[in-house]
Amino acid sequence: MISLAGRDILHAWGKFVFTGLGLGLLIGVTLSMAGIYRGMIEDAKVLLDNSGADLWVVQQDTLGPYAESSSIYDDLYRGIRGLDGVACAANVTYLTMQVRKADSDVRAMVVGIVPGGPGEPGHPPFLVAGRHITRSHYEAVADAATGFKLGDRIQIRRNHYSVVGITRRMVSSSGDPMVFIPLKDAQEAQFLKDNDAIVRQRRRTAANPDFNRPEVPGMLDAVIASQSSNPYVNAVLVQLAPGRDAQSVAETIQRWKRLKVYTRPEMEQILVGKLIATSARQIGVFLVILSLVSAAIIAFIIYTLTMGKIREIAVLKLIGTKNRTIAGMILQQAVSLGIIGFVVGKIVATFWAPHFPKYVLLLPGDAARGFAVVVVICVLASLMAIRLALKVDPAEAIGG
Amino acid sequence: MSERLTIEVSDPMREEGIIIKALRKRYGKGDTAVDALKGVAMQVAPGEVVGLIGPSGSGKSTLLKCLGAVIEPSSGQMSLGDQVIYDGGWRIRDLRALRRDKIGFVFQAPYLIPFLDVTDNVALLPMLAGRPNAEARKAALNLLDALDVAHRAKAMPAQLSGGEQQRVAIARALVNRPPVILADEPTAPLDSARALSVIRILNQMAAQYQTAIIVVTHDEKIIPTFKRIYHIRDGLTREEVGEGKIPD
Repeated sequence: MISLAGRDILHAWGKFVFTGLGLGLLIGVTLSMAGIYRGMIEDAKVLLDNSGADLWVVQQDTLGPYAESSSIYDDLYRGIRGLDGVACAANVTYLTMQVRKADSDVRAMVVGIVPGGPGEPGHPPFLVAGRHITRSHYEAVADAATGFKLGDRIQIRRNHYSVVGITRRMVSSSGDPMVFIPLKDAQEAQFLKDNDAIVRQRRRTAANPDFNRPEVPGMLDAVIASQSSNPYVNAVLVQLAPGRDAQSVAETIQRWKRLKVYTRPEMEQILVGKLIATSARQIGVFLVILSLVSAAIIAFIIYTLTMGKIREIAVLKLIGTKNRTIAGMILQQAVSLGIIGFVVGKIVATFWAPHFPKYVLLLPGDAARGFAVVVVICVLASLMAIRLALKVDPAEAIGG
Repeated sequence: MSERLTIEVSDPMREEGIIIKALRKRYGKGDTAVDALKGVAMQVAPGEVVGLIGPSGSGKSTLLKCLGAVIEPSSGQMSLGDQVIYDGGWRIRDLRALRRDKIGFVFQAPYLIPFLDVTDNVALLPMLAGRPNAEARKAALNLLDALDVAHRAKAMPAQLSGGEQQRVAIARALVNRPPVILADEPTAPLDSARALSVIRILNQMAAQYQTAIIVVTHDEKIIPTFKRIYHIRDGLTREEVGEGKIPD
């Protein structure tokens, strides 16, 4: 038996191909949405992987440093280094802000790290160009996604930095590329006021008789100096000695230092389960809406195509074609349309994914699941047209 | 009612042709009921082509639909070939198979399947009946050859002239060698020459395949070509002897 669906598609291939192209663009958007979700999860994992940490030490009762702000003294890391099971500990600050270059600016996560310690937690694990930060001030390593080049002069707050190294796939959980600068500069950047504010603050401090006592010379200068410096960091990143249990070391730090410590699985749970949960739900709702729209479009197209063949269907039924042959024809056409749409969608999603500002991760498993969903949607969408076809009276082929 | 015609045929399965007795069809119920057929009687022998003529609303289409097993009569009896198909109720379980194997249809418009080429339009029926594709196509090509349209075997229906399309439609109706063909205004869209050509073909095929053919028509050009004509009016038939002359 010949394939009626196949013949119809070949006969009206232009209609099918162009309809499939339109549907494919919609499926491409759907696949891209799934890719954006996967990209967010991947970014969160990359953030944790690239930090090089086994434990994150943060302020008590916070979910820092990524999901909530956390502030701890910058000398705490020394005590942590001395604890049993800790191989390495380093201060780190994170601040998402606009980084300027000439007249333009880039949204980036500025990471403050201790210079000269490649391999230590917090440092970018690899560079694709240039070198690591070796000076204590005004050097930067930037992710390639920022668009910065080696030797570029970039501005963070009032200070200018030379880009000395370029890294890749170093992004925040929200996909912003990272810019690494020396820790001291980062601490200053977090609390740095503008000149007018500094002048006003100094004037207010000087006007306060408690700080400006004539009998205690130097007190005012000491107070102003303490107001101008920032002894805080957002977290201490800890690397464990080989073979040590993360949970037990974390409990030790919590007990003796009265800080909150997160292990890698806990931090992953915070990032994936809390930080990007709302975005994930948002994307999930979008996916459902797009699936419904796709289903409605396929159903409408197949219904319209079937409406255009009522007379042929009546003739087919009159000359003895079985209902299941006619239903099969419509079903095959719907599924064929879905396959054309899926192939087009997969191709366009693959081609436009790199042009998204955030990372879009198209997993083969998601594509397979997407294909299955498209086929199911096509089958469901064809039911209305099949119902219409089965209701066609063969007598319609006979006049009168 | 006419006497049953006796024609010598080689195939014993085709000895009966079409026999209709006291066929009634009522639409609706109660006060709104309409009797479309009020006791129709007809008999068409194998190899015979008869005309069925009547004004609009006389019951032609209803009779054709009953004969085509697409609507159920209210009472009476119908036999196709050697088989009683209706006798106060359908006597055939699979009406679809009956239409496929025992009845050929030719419509006012050819209604060819637009996405199948000429060969497959004709071969579709034997394929639906379960015959292998190659065998079905061979049978189709033989018929197309007999109807002088074999040279358009690979063409799509839209590429054919009206006369060619109607010949392909006749080939489709004949391909399963049904004992009966029902032709509903088959010459309506054609000019005189093509209309007479179609009637000539139907007579030729009826004789060659011993098929009983009923041609429903309004077409004055072809009415003289029937040897027997059934007039239908107000749901009743009246038989008349026609000229039976097909001009060359």
